[in-house]
Amino acid sequence: MLAYILRRLLIMVPTLLAISVVIFTIIKLPPGDYLSSYVAELQSEGEAVDAQKIEFLKKEYGLDKPAWQQYFRWIGGLLRGDLGYSFEYNVPVRDIVGDKLLLTFIVSFATVLFTYLVAFPIGIYSATRQYSWSDHTLTLLGFIGLAVPNFLLALVLLYLANRHFGISIGGLMDPAYLDAPWSLAKARSVLAHLWIPVIVIGLSGTAGMIRRLRANLLDELQKQYVMTARAKGLPPFRALVKYPLRLALNPFIADIGSLLPHIISGATVVSVVMNLPTTGPMLLDALRSQDMYLAGSFLMFLALLTVLGMLLSDLALAALDPRIRLTGGRTR
Amino acid sequence: MKPDAANTADGMAAERLPHYVSAEPFDPHIVEAMTPQQERFYMASQWQLMWWKLKRHRMAVISGVLLIAMYLSIAFSEFLAPYGHHSRHSDFIYAPPQSVHFFRDGALAAPYVYGFDYHLDMRDLRRVYTEDRGKVQPLRFLCHGDRYFFWGLLPGDLHLFCPAAGGTLFLLGTDRLGRDLLSRIIYGARISLTIGLMGVAVSLTLGIVIGGIAGYYGGTVDMLIQRLIEIIQSFPHLPLWMALSAILPVTWSPVLVYFGITLILGMIEWTHLGRAVRSKLLALREEDFCVAAMLMGARPARIIGRHLLPGFASHLIATATLTVPSMILGETALSFLGLGLRPPVTSWGVLLNEAQNINVVALYPWLMLPAVPVILLVLAFNFLGDGLRDAADPYH
Repeated sequence: MLAYILRRLLIMVPTLLAISVVIFTIIKLPPGDYLSSYVAELQSEGEAVDAQKIEFLKKEYGLDKPAWQQYFRWIGGLLRGDLGYSFEYNVPVRDIVGDKLLLTFIVSFATVLFTYLVAFPIGIYSATRQYSWSDHTLTLLGFIGLAVPNFLLALVLLYLANRHFGISIGGLMDPAYLDAPWSLAKARSVLAHLWIPVIVIGLSGTAGMIRRLRANLLDELQKQYVMTARAKGLPPFRALVKYPLRLALNPFIADIGSLLPHIISGATVVSVVMNLPTTGPMLLDALRSQDMYLAGSFLMFLALLTVLGMLLSDLALAALDPRIRLTGGRTR
Repeated sequence: MKPDAANTADGMAAERLPHYVSAEPFDPHIVEAMTPQQERFYMASQWQLMWWKLKRHRMAVISGVLLIAMYLSIAFSEFLAPYGHHSRHSDFIYAPPQSVHFFRDGALAAPYVYGFDYHLDMRDLRRVYTEDRGKVQPLRFLCHGDRYFFWGLLPGDLHLFCPAAGGTLFLLGTDRLGRDLLSRIIYGARISLTIGLMGVAVSLTLGIVIGGIAGYYGGTVDMLIQRLIEIIQSFPHLPLWMALSAILPVTWSPVLVYFGITLILGMIEWTHLGRAVRSKLLALREEDFCVAAMLMGARPARIIGRHLLPGFASHLIATATLTVPSMILGETALSFLGLGLRPPVTSWGVLLNEAQNINVVALYPWLMLPAVPVILLVLAFNFLGDGLRDAADPYH
């Protein structure tokens, strides 16, 4: 098991490096950079350009150097915990993102939890009652959950929540707590606001999870050993939980790898709509204005989050299923 | 000699049945003979079998018909829409949907709508529209209305149905410039329906080529490509799409942006198809017919294209069908955020961009209606893809 964990950790390094190259390339692709467009904008408005500051920033962040040197400067900074400097906000990136990263993490974690808690019982229920009315209804609901654009759902839920429960529109907490330090009341306010984004972001993932769990469980339930178990008089619940469910669970855990990117994608759109203080809106702005360190560090953080999630799911899978850690690598 | 014995033998022979020979010609395969139906089933081609199996999946058939209808509609958008997609009606800004009535005074009548009266609500600062029961405006059919250029080429003004002369017909309401939402949805279908297909075409090409190389050659190439796929899949798609579409220059013409977006969608979604191709190829290349082709000196491209791909084309089509929805939703989300297509172009995502505001939900909920065709389309593709996937395995 230790060897497996080590191998898995080692694979993470080149993966993250490759991702960082991709991110850097994408951010660098548009012609020009933040500073040059900033200077052009100032000049077109006839304002004085603080040439000294621009020159300083250029030097400090190596914008006059070739791209590969900039890349190494960025990645070297990341390794030392220096996220770079946000040109737009005129402060180090770390000062802007700290709180937001925490909230992103909370929202993602809550969404994964929600997905599991909802998908698990529903998936089992509809697999054991295949083709019943409840199964058909749940399947249809699942399909609709997959098909509704989540930003739209966010809008409608926000409206309804405000109308019927009096929850303030947008944001993750009551406006009163925005600048307040963390306290019990603030945490409670966050919890009261959290459920809307969690439902909205988690819905499509939940629907997909239900469908996969149902399909897997159905496959297992048709096998001979289940029939044998029933024939020898094992109580139905034990005949379900003892083996078929355990086997069907395998993809359930492996799925966290594909679930996380999904959740973060959803969270990005939804947080723009709901004006959540998570990474979404800021990432959007940073991308638009070519604020490269801010955007790059954000994207890198999202990538790290998903890669870590995959690592966790792989480890859990290996702990559950010895075949995986013995043959090495996931076979799907 | 024992006469007794002979006697008994004779007696037994007399009791024996007469020797029977069938007059019909001898056919040793008679036990394996099949009824005509069975024969039809066993002799049918794979596609024939798929079609039979697909026909039994009722939701898939309904979805297929719906999709065909939707795709047919984009050929005649100008004719189907009662107004042009840019025609503004400044007197009817944010007008609510008008409903069509079929009965007047308890009797069946030609379909008609009631005209609008409006007054300004000075408290909420908005227009309040009320139905004026006195203004009965019967619909006209196959009539002359807004002028248009059919597919941008042929001038015309014939519409399937239009409002009464001097009347209005906003079946789904109007937006902030007084443009008819129904017409805009019909026009938007052109972009929204094709963007998914174009994206799938891109990702099919990438998936077959890259997945084909990985699956056919295996070894190090396979390993590298697998890692690449894992990296792309491990990254949240939307931020990546956002980053990529932020690259598209603002100065590009709408058409170029459209192609840029399809390319972006396709470049990230090909991984599923690539994986499917790879795993199938890995299994199939060990088959005898493939070895035979190799021994005869066929080149890899021919072996993959001629011998291996047809073996799982059905699976590939099913997988491709299931990728369309995520592309459509992707375009919608991007346009909604203002990073995708931009306003002179009309797509469902661009239309939904207008519904970005919570006030819209409260005051003008009909602006969210473009989501309905999006949901229908995604549902239809999902059901059809499900049916195809089941049907792709005819013997299962």
